Amino acid sequence: MPIACEFEYYKPKTLPEALALLAKHKGKAQALAGGTDLLVWMKEGLRSPEAVVDVKALKELKGLDLKGGALHVGARTTFAELIESKLVKEKFPLLWECSRTVASVGVRNRATLAGNICSAVPSLDSAPALLTYEAVVLVQGSKGKRDIPISQWFTGPKKTALKDGELVLGVKIPLPKKHGACYAKLGRYRGEDLAQVGVGIMALANDEYRVAFCAVGPTPMRAKRIENALNGNKLSDELICRAQELVPQEIKPISDIRSSKEYRLHMAGVMLERGLKAAAARLAGEGPAYGESVL
Amino acid sequence: MKKVSIQFKLNGVLRQLKAAPNDTLLELLRDKLGVKSPKTGCDRGDCGTCTVFMDGRTVRACLVLAPEADGREITTLEAISKNPSPLQKEFAKRNSFQCGFCAPGIVLSATELLKKNKRPTREEIQEAIAGNLCRCTGYTPIIEAIEAVAGKRGA
Ligand code: FES
Ligand code: FES
Repeated sequence: MPIACEFEYYKPKTLPEALALLAKHKGKAQALAGGTDLLVWMKEGLRSPEAVVDVKALKELKGLDLKGGALHVGARTTFAELIESKLVKEKFPLLWECSRTVASVGVRNRATLAGNICSAVPSLDSAPALLTYEAVVLVQGSKGKRDIPISQWFTGPKKTALKDGELVLGVKIPLPKKHGACYAKLGRYRGEDLAQVGVGIMALANDEYRVAFCAVGPTPMRAKRIENALNGNKLSDELICRAQELVPQEIKPISDIRSSKEYRLHMAGVMLERGLKAAAARLAGEGPAYGESVL
Repeated sequence: MKKVSIQFKLNGVLRQLKAAPNDTLLELLRDKLGVKSPKTGCDRGDCGTCTVFMDGRTVRACLVLAPEADGREITTLEAISKNPSPLQKEFAKRNSFQCGFCAPGIVLSATELLKKNKRPTREEIQEAIAGNLCRCTGYTPIIEAIEAVAGKRGA
């Protein structure tokens, strides 16, 4: 399907230039990074910008490094780069594991983490990791910078806290304490598919857990009730049962082309159990290798 | 809509032209430049038939705007086939494909895999071509050919 809408293409070399373009075409400008969602949405008529601003020449959006106790993921960083990074694999295994499940190699070579969160689809694979790591989205507007905690970022399906004229510079992820993690993703088949249910789990020392879901509500979400039930307790089958009973209070799945609501609810509980066990085992240096599916 | 002047290397040859901003790289290659190995399948990123190399990595040409090719190096199956690789010979020997529509994309995806990972496991091979849909073969003869050349010199 060709792209029907007509737009001007810009590739600014500096941040002020980019911001000026976004301001000039207020409400009608679209930032372009990997384009793997944007092009599909333009083809489908979901987005019809009058200006497309390619951000891939902006040096402020570059980089993937640890500084000041946090990982800075510049907005130009692709999922392929995250997966190839030893730093990410060792220190942020949940981010690493979920990145590997995003679409396919050819898409991951272009798609960026920042673009992914700007798309803000409910099934966003990177969201459970960012929510449990308590990431911060770094945003620049013409009036200055804003830091938006990821917990306040997703405001609805395909909607975010980003305002007109603002640009995402990158994502900052505080360096977590030693942890085991697991991202469990359920698709209709193995291989490339959007999640029917996604669960991200982080297990820290002293029986501390963090849990987040995607694809089971209008936005990805942290599951605080489940965390409260788990925290401070030794992981046992009984405890996991109690946590599973809370699942219907945490998530609001719908029925759609990929799955029924009932199946999502049921599988969210199953995946919570497998994910918790895998994350705890990995914390202890056991369990399946990262990247190996627990489903 | 202003056309954008772009300049990029296509299969080793420098090309200079003007592209409409809303043309995709796939349209540019097939319709303007006559490079036909990338195919239009789903045209939305799901099937992998439009795969080309951009600066050495596989991308979906249906999801790249033509102006984004500026300054990049694009390589398609045409360049690789001038001197068929052991992988391509193995595909041919085993009759791995039937209609062949998926073949350009799969050859490029598998070539990228073998460049990064000399001895991929079956699982890793499946993962590497998971974004390339084949409607004819059931994948088995494709996967077996990749397995057969993996680890051999020059694969
Ligand atoms: S045509 Fe590009 S992925 Fe299907
Ligand atoms: S051989 Fe026909 S689609 Fe693969």
